[in-house]
Formats: sequence, structure tokens, C-alpha cells
Amino acid sequence: MSDTKSGWTRLTRQQLAARVAADIPDGAVVNLGIGLPTLVGNALPAGREIVLHSENGVLGMGPAPAPGDEDEDLINAGKQPVTTLPGAAFFHHADSFAMMRGGHLDYCVLGGFQVSRTGDLANWHTGAPGAIPAVGGAMDLAIGARHVFVMMEHLTRDGQSKIVDRCTYPLTGIGCVERVYTDLATLDITADGVVARDLVDGLAFDELERLTGLPLRRPEIAG
Amino acid sequence: MIDKIVASAAAALQDVPDGATVMIGGFGTAGMPSHLIDALIAQGARDLTIVNNNAGNGETGLAALLKARRVRKIVCSFPRQTDSQVFDALYRAGDIELELVPQGNLAERIRAAGAGIGGFFTPTGYGTPLAEGKETRVFHGKPMVFETALHADFALIKARAADRWGNLVYRKTARNFGPAMAMAATCSVVQVDEVVELGALDPEIIVTPGIFVQRVVRVTGDRR
Repeated sequence: MSDTKSGWTRLTRQQLAARVAADIPDGAVVNLGIGLPTLVGNALPAGREIVLHSENGVLGMGPAPAPGDEDEDLINAGKQPVTTLPGAAFFHHADSFAMMRGGHLDYCVLGGFQVSRTGDLANWHTGAPGAIPAVGGAMDLAIGARHVFVMMEHLTRDGQSKIVDRCTYPLTGIGCVERVYTDLATLDITADGVVARDLVDGLAFDELERLTGLPLRRPEIAG
Repeated sequence: MIDKIVASAAAALQDVPDGATVMIGGFGTAGMPSHLIDALIAQGARDLTIVNNNAGNGETGLAALLKARRVRKIVCSFPRQTDSQVFDALYRAGDIELELVPQGNLAERIRAAGAGIGGFFTPTGYGTPLAEGKETRVFHGKPMVFETALHADFALIKARAADRWGNLVYRKTARNFGPAMAMAATCSVVQVDEVVELGALDPEIIVTPGIFVQRVVRVTGDRR
């Protein structure tokens, strides 16, 4: 999608997934949250051995099965049918969450409603009247993985930034997010503020800062 | 002689009293013990507290138990799904109480009960609405929330195979909450596809040792 007035083009969901996937190194154990992050699984670069963890008790999860080969006892966190790869292991729920909480999981990629400038995450509940809350494993993942990445659109449908000074939605975790990948840029949450890089083609830094509504920093230029 | 095999699901659940806390295994429909849930509906116990990851899918299994209005309270992590219409309607009408627990805290609270632990400090949920009013402490610089063990009177679990001592093996991701729930309940009832001779299960691969299991029911033609 492009904003012809401003002359920049947002990343598609597939491009965003590929951008996240490019940063996951060989040998990593990764949990992909339900929704948008699931796309990262199909975008992992060839030649890297990356182990996918699913909260419902599998390491070494593979892609969706061929039609007709679905097994109702083999599903992912989104309750979609999956497969296992050679080396896969099954385990029970308490062990699965020990892998997160215990700091054994290298990366997780989560969806987000809002991320604050200090890395607070809100992604489980809008708090709207009548909304039924559901948290699942989001809070465990947010504080559990060594590197917590969030993948989301930069702006809401009505143009509000999802990178915020303070989250207004109920929190999932405090200060837990390391990096946010959006359809406009990659943003590192650092002790010195939010560092924006990899802006999409045609998007000026000042324009991104205006859209975000927060002071942003430029990455240090390597000497 | 030890023989935990019970003739029918009805016989295995005949003594579930009104007001009981019942854990039900499964993640969505994977591992959901549908036969045992149907038998619990037929048995008629009401005013139940149910512990499950979800709050029912579609109109069968746990959703049917909710629809029959036997459940006073549900303890779960993820009630809202595309096909959770039975729970959604009860919740919006104020006809069911919900205790929402982060999934890992739910699993660990269940495990703790089975392991004789009164409670534990966990970083999950700290600073969020789900930790409001709970005791907190800092360990190694990390703030943590106190969560208590979650016991049950009965656990209804699905496994692939059992022997007459109640040793269990599961199938793929249908294992999920089964092993922890088996530990946490006073009476664990397991539906299995197959009952094998004592000694037929390799001791190296038994997932739930029979000490955690009280009753086993063989079912045929599992359906969802």
C-alpha cells in the first residue's frame, strides 16, 4: 500500500515477515505468536537451522500438512494443523512454559496493540466494555524469551501510532520488548530511547517521527 | 491386585459431587476427553468449577457442559475464540464466573498442586491487571508475583494408552495439560484409546506414572 501524497510505500505483511525472519540466526529456538507472527515461519531464510517452539508442547514444529494429512492431535498455538520435523519433541504444558520462563527460548515474535517507548507491551485486551479478555501464553512469552520482538502495523486504521509514550491498553508485560518491526520501519527500544532504522523507501526520518508522535533517534553510524 | 480399569465413563464419574472442582485436559479439542465430558453431563453434577485452557469450542465437549449450565466458574487462559459462542453468551449474561490466568501460570499452578507446593513467585503477569492485589517480591533483580497452587477434586484426561496400573502414554500435542492435571487432582480419570497388558509399555517412555491415576476408561471411536 502506498501513500502517494507522501511518496512512501508500506511493507506488505509478507515483506514484514521476511524482514523479521532475516534477523533470526541459525540455531535459534523461536516461538511465533498467533496471528501476524505466524507468517514468519514461512519466511525463514533457507540454510538456517531454526527450531520452532509451540506453547502447546512441541519443539521442532514443521509447516502445515498437505490437505488430507491433518492430524487433530498435532496442532499449533493457533489450533491449526502442523507437522513435525526430524528432531522434534513433545512435552507437557508445565515444561513448555518452563522453557519460556526459565530463559531457554532464544526469540519470540509477538503481535501488538501498543508498545511504549520503554518497551512495555499491550497485546491481549483492549479493555473495551463487553470485550471478553483472553491472555493465553502472551504474558509468559513477553517476559520469557531472551529476545522479544513485536511485529505490527505502525499505525491504527485511524492513523494513531501504536508506538506510544505510555500504553493505554492493559499491559502484557513491562519493559519486555527489545525491537519492533512495523510496516514503516524497525525500531529498537534502548535505554537511550527509540532508535528507528530501515525506514521504508520514500519515508523521511522526520515524517516517521511525526507519524509516531514521539522523539526518535537515528542509528549510530558505524565508524 | 491393582486394577484401575473401570467398565464405563459413567461408572468412572458416578461420585462427582455438586460443587466439585474438575480439571479437564485439552488445548482446544486436542486432548479433550470428549467421552468423559459427555458422561459428566449425563451424570448431572452441577455448580462445578472447571479448569481448562479454553472455555469450549463449538457445541460439543466442554461447550456442551457449559450449555447444560452445570458450570458456575471457569478457570482458563484463553476463553475467547472464533467458536466459543456458548461461553461468550453465558459470560455476557453474567451467568458464569471467569478467572483468567496466564497460560504458563495456569500450568504451573496445576503442577504445584500435584507437587505439594503451596505457591510460587513468577515473573509472568507482573505489573499487569492479572496480578492486581497479589503479593510481589524481587528475586535477582526481577519483580515477581505470588501465585497459589490449583487443586482439583477430579481431573478428566485423554491419553493414547494405559495399563491396569494407570501408566499413561499420550499422542503428540494432545498431551498438553494431561500430565500436570493428573498430579493435581484427588481422583484422576483417564479416557484411553487402548488398554495394554501390564509390562507392555516401555518404562523408559511412560509419561504419566500410574501413581497419579485413579481410574482408566477405554473408549472406542473417539469423536469431537
